Amino acid sequence: MSNNVWVIGTSMTRFGRFGEKDLMDLAVEATSGALKDADLDLGQIGLLALGNVYETNSHHGQRLQNQMGQTGIPVYNVVNACATGATAVRVAMMSILAGETDLGLAVGVEQMGKMGLIGGSKRRDEKKVYTPKGRYGSVVKTEGTFGTNLMPGVFAQAGTEYALQHGVTQTQFAKVAHKNHLHSTLNPLAQYQKEFSLEEILAAEVIAWPNTLPMCCPTGDGAAAVILCSDAKLATLDPDVRRRAVKVSASVLTSDPYVDGGQVQADINTLTRNAAAQAYEKAGVGPADLDLVELHDCFATAELLHYDNLGLCEPGGAGEFIDSGAPYRDGRIPVNVSGGLLSKGHPLGATGVANIYEIVTHLRGEAGARQIEGAKVGLAHVIGLASACGVHILEKRA
Amino acid sequence: MPAQIPAVDYLVLGNEPHLQVWRCDDCSAAYFDRRNGCARCFGTAFTRQPVASEGVVRAFTRVERGAKEPFTSVVVDLGEGVHVKANLRGVDDPNLITPDFKVRMFTYVVGTDDEGTEAVAFAFEPVGS
Repeated sequence: MSNNVWVIGTSMTRFGRFGEKDLMDLAVEATSGALKDADLDLGQIGLLALGNVYETNSHHGQRLQNQMGQTGIPVYNVVNACATGATAVRVAMMSILAGETDLGLAVGVEQMGKMGLIGGSKRRDEKKVYTPKGRYGSVVKTEGTFGTNLMPGVFAQAGTEYALQHGVTQTQFAKVAHKNHLHSTLNPLAQYQKEFSLEEILAAEVIAWPNTLPMCCPTGDGAAAVILCSDAKLATLDPDVRRRAVKVSASVLTSDPYVDGGQVQADINTLTRNAAAQAYEKAGVGPADLDLVELHDCFATAELLHYDNLGLCEPGGAGEFIDSGAPYRDGRIPVNVSGGLLSKGHPLGATGVANIYEIVTHLRGEAGARQIEGAKVGLAHVIGLASACGVHILEKRA
Repeated sequence: MPAQIPAVDYLVLGNEPHLQVWRCDDCSAAYFDRRNGCARCFGTAFTRQPVASEGVVRAFTRVERGAKEPFTSVVVDLGEGVHVKANLRGVDDPNLITPDFKVRMFTYVVGTDDEGTEAVAFAFEPVGS
């Protein structure tokens, strides 16, 4: 059985809106890039895990094989909300650790187009005769009548809960968007590469207070892929592949433990804290050892909470952390130097894989203009409601 | 007076409208929805129990896009492990919501169906308003 698992190939498409392509065009582009990066062909791969949310019932893993090569290997079609991509990576990792294969391919792909904000409301016809339905026995549309359960509102409320406890201001939340949009100007694969001033962000259309439009991630299309490899297999590969290999020091997946009120308002904190604690223990590193972090900034409010959840700041100190400049690319712990979900984009199934692509690229010293110099340890985090959280810690090869 | 029906089955109408939860008989975890089991202790026996109509805002937002009319959504801590999500009336400016913001529940007619039956919903308003 392999003791370590390595990333030996990775690639991602640009994120954006590609109406002329379909899901497979995007998946093939990322997969081909990862195979080329690892100097492998599809015939050498022993397992495929393909993550996708919106077309998950179409057996997209097999559809990818139909377009690239049918080799008879096991295929796992993975869906786990916004943690889908990270879960696909973990499936490949577990198969290697279980000794079922030496080379696993994980792909995340999504085609959302311009479908509006994630979980945006659709108007439905009103019922003509009131009849209690569902587990709450409701007779009317509950969204907007009994608060909001759409993603913009849920993450806004998660933010204000923290704000009520720790005194965070809307301006501090807005700084997250300022940082990530600024970072994206250096990333040619980002959906948007436009800097916004803090004043522009605060003056923009309010979506769900305190989040304005530039504080919400866009929907879009894209794909990313990673190829994982066992210790034993790595030793047989080309020296240049070995030199560029990046160790997966921890791969953790958690779901919500019970907390009071957690079924009323999604608790995005506890499962992230649990995942981080497990990942740090497995990797034998702590937050102070991290050179960069890619975390799940689906909304600006979310990023601020995860500073605290991942232990990047003092407990309750996320507002001061952003004020200090620490998570900017020239700060103490650069966060979302890719531009994050807010600007790089968030094609759901691809996001978790793309976060790993970003960390690996920096650890290899191949991130070009956005390179964090000397990066040796990085953390990739995603969370999907409700609820799955994936945390991967990656380390440069010694 | 037209017939009325609660807009959700955890709202009890009458002279003193209130919310009710399913309490787990084993661990007292509280739920508003129909249950198969307890997510905390795996118990399967539950008892209906009324809950407080006043509480403290734990989280909030003002939804401006995606709604017919902007509304303020709140998560209210009603005590004894019970949290409820609802609209907050009378506070359009979210900057006015501060720590320990106290609210109380009220009911209102949210709609009428083709047979004339009124659906009654609940919302919250600031205590003292």
